[in-house]
Amino acid sequence: MIGPAFAAGGGGTVIPNFGRGSNCVRNNHTFCWDWVKQHWSDTLGPALVQHIVLTLIAIGIGFAISLACAFFAHRHGWFERPFGTLSGLLYTIPSLGLFQLLVPITGLSTTTVEIALVSYTLLILFRNTLTGLRSVPEDTREAARGMGLSESQMLWKVELPLAVPAIIAGLRVAVVTVISLATVAAFIVDQGLGSPIFHALQSNFTTELIAAGGLAVALALAADALLLLAQRLITPWARLRRA
Amino acid sequence: MTFVHAFQFIGDNAGLLWHKSVEHMAIAAVAVAIAMAVALPIGLWLGHLHRGSFLAVNVANIGRALPSLAVLSIGIAFLGVGKANVVLALLVLAIPPIITNAYVAVDSVETDAVEAARGMGMRPTQLFVKVELPLAIPLTFAGIRTAAVYVVATATLAGFFGGGGLGDIISNQASYGLDGVVGAAIVVTVLALGTDGLLAGVQYLITPRGLRGDTELLGAAAEYEATRAAPETA
Repeated sequence: MIGPAFAAGGGGTVIPNFGRGSNCVRNNHTFCWDWVKQHWSDTLGPALVQHIVLTLIAIGIGFAISLACAFFAHRHGWFERPFGTLSGLLYTIPSLGLFQLLVPITGLSTTTVEIALVSYTLLILFRNTLTGLRSVPEDTREAARGMGLSESQMLWKVELPLAVPAIIAGLRVAVVTVISLATVAAFIVDQGLGSPIFHALQSNFTTELIAAGGLAVALALAADALLLLAQRLITPWARLRRA
Repeated sequence: MTFVHAFQFIGDNAGLLWHKSVEHMAIAAVAVAIAMAVALPIGLWLGHLHRGSFLAVNVANIGRALPSLAVLSIGIAFLGVGKANVVLALLVLAIPPIITNAYVAVDSVETDAVEAARGMGMRPTQLFVKVELPLAIPLTFAGIRTAAVYVVATATLAGFFGGGGLGDIISNQASYGLDGVVGAAIVVTVLALGTDGLLAGVQYLITPRGLRGDTELLGAAAEYEATRAAPETA
């Protein structure tokens, strides 16, 4: 039975009271702190953790693929164009579209979500890594060669460390992109911060919309700042040179 | 099999999909047009003054970091559902790349060219209009292209927020079935890739002849430029 309290409508929707919920929540005021506190442990907290896990898996896999492909393209120049074009194509496909296109193949699963998320990291990580590796000055390479370093030693001991700032700059973009797209992923699997957002949309429950949306924004900004800090710590010489 | 059915759906519902696509592109076009009107003057002028790099670069960083669904949901929580509100939320996402690219484009015009123009007796306004703007076209337009593709993609989410467009079909599997959802997803993908391709063509055409060839036509190249500029100032 649907009572009058369920009547659908605009901003003034009244959430039915099942014996819980404050006045603020039942009248759907714009934002209710008490709801956030009450539902942190059963809704928002777990969603945040799932979101971070989804992101870390996608970044881990995407980084491994991009790094390997960038190394290959660094050695064999012809590989840059085909991989760059493919990853550029993937990057342009709207996320919701790509998720839905994968559903007939991999179903409503985490696999679907991760394939899509990984495919969005490739362009940025590949391009930045390759540009970083290529921007190593020729003098530096000559010196390394003169010291008797082999090709692979040169890559790991000289070129890769010098490419770190460019790689981390790419990681920053990739991480915030994945955090953003992982919210949309909740349309496929009921995970991450998109899950409370889609849930709240059905009842137009503004507190949950703002809390989950705000958490997603905060997570993205925090991740961005954290990676910037990591970059400064890993490459102290870059800062010295600038000073 | 689903894909075969999805294409059948596209064939059977061409009228509906056309109508939704037009609605979709109209929302995107309005958002990009307003974003250009706001962001271009700010970005280009700051670039001309070589001031406010901190603002220009950080606006882009923060703008890029904002999850689109979160921005839409927060915007809708305060403003309510509807087309105008969706456009407003899309603006938040479209303005940053345009500002940053316009800024970087003018700011990075070669000093030699600027000095030469000054030596020829050009006034600051002439210098801006005749030298800096033409040289800044490729990178500035790359920013507009990035924003446009982003907005076309994100406008899909508008379906969830009463904004119409192809998201209406994608978000309503109960009515259209999986075939309809996948069919609409195919159309959205084609629209985004088409927008990118079309704007790449326009970018090539409006680039002064002397600059063609040495500018990378991929939109992501501009994105990388902004990324590279970031660690320096942020």
